[in-house]
Amino acid sequence: MKPVLEIANLSVGFPDGTAAVRGVSLRVMPGETHCVVGESGCGKSVTALSVMNLLPRGASRSASVMRFQDHDLTRMADRHIARLRGDKMAMIFQEPMTSLNPAYTIGSQMAEVLERHRHVSRAKGLDRAAELLEKVGITAPGMRLAQYPHQLSGGLRQRVMIAMALMCDPELLIADEPTTALDVTVQAQILRLLKSLQQQLGLALLLITHDLGVVARMAQRVSVMYAGQVVESATAEALFAAPAHPYTQGLLRCVPIPGKTPHDEPLGSIPGVVPRIGGRFTGCAFRDRCAHAAPACEGDIPTRHLSHDHETICTRPPA
Amino acid sequence: MNPRSVSTGLGLLIVGGVLAIALGADLLAPHDPFAQDLSQRMIPPSWMDGGSPDHLLGTDQLGRDYLSRLIFGARISLLIGTLTVVTSGLIGTTLGVVGGYFGGRADDAVMFAITCRLAIPLILVALTVVALIGSSLTVVVLTLGLLLWERFAVVARTTTMQIRNLDYVAAARAAGASTPHILIREILPNILTHLVVVGTLEMALAILLEAALSFLGLGVPPPLPSWGLMIAEGKDYMFFSPWVIMVPGVALFILVFGINLLGDGLRDLLGVSARR
Repeated sequence: MKPVLEIANLSVGFPDGTAAVRGVSLRVMPGETHCVVGESGCGKSVTALSVMNLLPRGASRSASVMRFQDHDLTRMADRHIARLRGDKMAMIFQEPMTSLNPAYTIGSQMAEVLERHRHVSRAKGLDRAAELLEKVGITAPGMRLAQYPHQLSGGLRQRVMIAMALMCDPELLIADEPTTALDVTVQAQILRLLKSLQQQLGLALLLITHDLGVVARMAQRVSVMYAGQVVESATAEALFAAPAHPYTQGLLRCVPIPGKTPHDEPLGSIPGVVPRIGGRFTGCAFRDRCAHAAPACEGDIPTRHLSHDHETICTRPPA
Repeated sequence: MNPRSVSTGLGLLIVGGVLAIALGADLLAPHDPFAQDLSQRMIPPSWMDGGSPDHLLGTDQLGRDYLSRLIFGARISLLIGTLTVVTSGLIGTTLGVVGGYFGGRADDAVMFAITCRLAIPLILVALTVVALIGSSLTVVVLTLGLLLWERFAVVARTTTMQIRNLDYVAAARAAGASTPHILIREILPNILTHLVVVGTLEMALAILLEAALSFLGLGVPPPLPSWGLMIAEGKDYMFFSPWVIMVPGVALFILVFGINLLGDGLRDLLGVSARR
């Protein structure tokens, strides 16, 4: 099967010399949820934005492969990529409170997407919007369509954002921390919704998150990012069962497991902070925080294949 | 009712009243504002000694009915205020939004234009223009309109810079919107409230500037009944007949005061905090 999205050796740099993304490769298969997980500033959002061609001005992007369906994104003109955005690939942002324009009604903003890409009438756009609002579990969609964003709660707005992303039946949905700004019960609802929509529509979902709980309930595949690199990539089961990279292991130790984690001991933590990575950095970016650091970690780190779909970049042989 | 809404209401009342007077000038004015009657010169207002009930606010040095001239003068003031704000608003908003959204070179160019504009002395330019082209209503409107855009540009630029980084602009781009679409449909409606407030301030300023230019003889030409011109024509007589400058002066004060009250009220009413 051909992947919906394939990226190889993606690098993104910013004018201040920061190398935000360094040689990231990932593939998203049709109907699959691929989670990109990592802490703030590890380059996961920048990866998502560079797929959509929405990087801030001044950012430089290079990749050996960047393919969406049959479109070679590395060679496409900006305005052609703009035509794909919101149509075949859609994106949901982190902040539902500010992602909707306060000056227009929900219906007007949703219908506009369909008008733009499908050149249909406003009435048809509103029909489709109402249908999708119902699909994302909003009752009385007719009333919501006429409302302004400030009349909606955060959870409702995120549902609207999801419905809006689905207006043109996208093949790929990129969700950049879609639940971070919501409270816990609403988070669970939104995740359940995303999962059921994905199964109904056969969407490929690229889910960006820093929450391993989200990864556990959503992902088929996981890419763990650290300081601009994918340090480990595996199926969700393999990753949770046998994490290979010390960073992944450290992350998993930070998550409490009901029934297993003892109450009287502090949770695990990873000492140190994420280093700032410039252009000429070599070796493992995690070595300053790693318990297993060795002189070999300062050289080039080869990619180690643990099985056909589990790989990591670490000098240490698997236990 | 809180004092805020009282003052807004008062502003609305004043501006609405002046607007109604200006629109209904033909019906309201008791006399022809241009008709001279040299036998009826310098009659004081009707409540003063020697006043006549036929001329409620008296007559000027050419025997023209002062009330009628005042009523027609409202027309000139509002016309100049509105047209100036529309012209300068268009120029300033376009420059400000372009500079604020695109940043970089475009922004440098806009900032340079604003700085240049601030360095231009308004009255001197008006003087030159009038000397070259001659004075007329159109010249005054164009001169003011082409010169008073800098506050629109500054406000449009800053507010655009704040909004261009908001998620809904990114979301619109993620949904495939083009740049003109983002500028006109996403950004403009959200900075409009700020621009309306600037618009009221600029309108008050334009009306005062017109009066000042007319007073200097650089504004609307006689015999048009501009309030500034009325003050200018009356200044020779103000020692013995102070009302010839007080009447148009008070009218100017009330209108500008009303516009400012309305502007303050609009700012509170349309405050950004209320829209979030």
